[in-house]
Amino acid sequence: MPFDIDRTGTPLIELKNMQKAFGGIRAVDDVSIDLYPGEVVGVLGHNGAGKSVLMKMVSGALQRDSGEILVNGKSADINNPRDARNYQIETIYQYLALADNLDAASNLFLGRELVTPMGLVNDAAMEAETRKIMGRLTPNFRRFSTPVAGLSGGQRQSVAISRAVYFNAKILIMDEPTAALGVEETAMVAELIDELKKQGIGIFLIDHDIHQVKNLCDRASVMKNGKLVGTVEVDKVSEDDILGMIILGKKPEIAE
Amino acid sequence: MSDSKTLSEPTRTEKNLFAQLEIDTRLLGMIGAFIVLCLVFNFLTDGRFLTPRNIFNLTIQTVSVGIMATGMVFVIVTRNIDLSVGSLLATCSAMMAVVQTVIAPEWLGLELGHGMIAPMAILVGLLTGMIIGGFHGWLVGYLTIPAFIVTLGGLFVWRNVAWHLTGGQTIGPLDANFQLFGGIGGTLGETGSWIFGVIAVAASLYGLYSARRARLTHDFPVKPIWAELVIAGIVTVAILGFVAILNSYEIPTRRLARMFEARGEVMPEGFTTGYGIPYSVLILIAVAVVMTVTAQKTRLGRYIFAFGGNPEAAQLSGIRTRALTVKIFMIVGALCAISAIVASARQTFHSNDIGTLDELRVIAAAVIGGTALSGGIGTIYGAILGALIMQSLQSGMAMVGVDAPYQNIVVGIVLVFAVYVDILYRKRTGS
Repeated sequence: MPFDIDRTGTPLIELKNMQKAFGGIRAVDDVSIDLYPGEVVGVLGHNGAGKSVLMKMVSGALQRDSGEILVNGKSADINNPRDARNYQIETIYQYLALADNLDAASNLFLGRELVTPMGLVNDAAMEAETRKIMGRLTPNFRRFSTPVAGLSGGQRQSVAISRAVYFNAKILIMDEPTAALGVEETAMVAELIDELKKQGIGIFLIDHDIHQVKNLCDRASVMKNGKLVGTVEVDKVSEDDILGMIILGKKPEIAE
Repeated sequence: MSDSKTLSEPTRTEKNLFAQLEIDTRLLGMIGAFIVLCLVFNFLTDGRFLTPRNIFNLTIQTVSVGIMATGMVFVIVTRNIDLSVGSLLATCSAMMAVVQTVIAPEWLGLELGHGMIAPMAILVGLLTGMIIGGFHGWLVGYLTIPAFIVTLGGLFVWRNVAWHLTGGQTIGPLDANFQLFGGIGGTLGETGSWIFGVIAVAASLYGLYSARRARLTHDFPVKPIWAELVIAGIVTVAILGFVAILNSYEIPTRRLARMFEARGEVMPEGFTTGYGIPYSVLILIAVAVVMTVTAQKTRLGRYIFAFGGNPEAAQLSGIRTRALTVKIFMIVGALCAISAIVASARQTFHSNDIGTLDELRVIAAAVIGGTALSGGIGTIYGAILGALIMQSLQSGMAMVGVDAPYQNIVVGIVLVFAVYVDILYRKRTGS
């Protein structure tokens, strides 16, 4: 990565001893990770390692059994997606959590609609804002008034990303943001992540592609069977080291 | 930049007339089907189907199912179903009948025809509907019992709660003011209807104008001005034409004479006047407007459609989906109560079988009107048009002389066929 991350101050967000069990199975077991401004931390692991569950506790989609979430050093009470939004935590989900039957603007503002003085939703204003923000991210986008079901994977993803950018996310969770995308669109997301880093936004990135993790992330936290194997700075380890952590749960010597 | 745009934008086909007008082609198809239906019946009945009298009756008969169908749209859009609306209507009707005939005169000592009786009954009816509806919603939303089961239970329970409330008796006659909402007994009259028509036209035109202005202030593409004028013209003709037809159904001379007598006047020689718009139809129009605004212009409506399109996305967006379900069923309950007012006022008494099988008519109306059971898709005007088509079909066949059992066979087939056509339409348009 082109610039170094200053990790001397308070982390943007800190997860301490997070626990979550489903019917006796510990999906997340005593996991602690942190994230600094302008940093991308990859959350890696096999399917079922617990990374999505961990992230869902941050985004409020699941409630934690125990553990603590600190935002800017202060204990944060996150019990539902609304709480998470109040802490400026935005999530971009793997399966593109959009309502297919609504248009781009309705999706972008879903749950936070702009309203007229009479309290009715202001579609024209929302479409105008959507045109502005999406014009920045995907200049060729034109289909503002069709349901998003008719959009390509990349266009749908850019609606989801626009939503996070528009509402000034400080902490962004991306759950395999490029899984549904083509080559060009993946490059676009990578560019966008770089830009967001420059603005001091912290990003948790869940991904399976080791190559991409090496490219995009500053640090990688690897999970296996609900436990944290370790957190490494990706520049200081090889791809094989990371693979070893994921597959064997073996921590390389250099890790913190 | 402009070079790359020609490559990256898919080729578009030439816009046809309807696309330029930006009219929902599905709505157009339904109106077309409705017109064909009317013309066929008019031919088969030697012109008796499209008389002012029959059109007047058709609109009155459509009101009760039409009101509930608007609420059913919300329920079906959120992937639920409500099988209890007919029974809930009966319970609301029973409560209101009891207020009018027992509570007001006997407990409160109000004399017959007291001005407070009708408002009190209506208030009790609305509360009953909303509480029961909200209870259904709570069972569905919070206890996660499937809506099909909750309302199937409700179908049995509320039909017989109604029976219990009245001791199984038919209760009537209802309060005179209350009966005004029944249809022919309460109409605006010619002048009032024209005034209403002009206001409705003005409101519609203002709506079209302000929508265009809003798009222009944001520099969005707008329809060509001729398209706007065509739509404005169609709307104006439709509203005023409807008023003219209802006004041209004349009150029979003897009835008029009695009305003058009741006021202590003598009817002038050769005096005639039309009925105009019934109050019950005004209620349906008001419900349609409020429900359409709710669906398209409020957060509640936005959340209903988002929840129907993708329940998980709605939840992750911070929408309180369980409370939403309660609200939807409460709305349906209130609408059942309003339907109960119209239905019981129309027959001038409460009977045990009021609203029987209405749940099926209401669901059929919503579905024929284009509400998809898979969720997320449906319109209020479609549901009302669906109710109108169902009612026309039924009374048209009755006029032709088709026996009731055969009528039901046809209605059943039409329902299935209409949904099949809808599926084909959606496949072709890709929506």
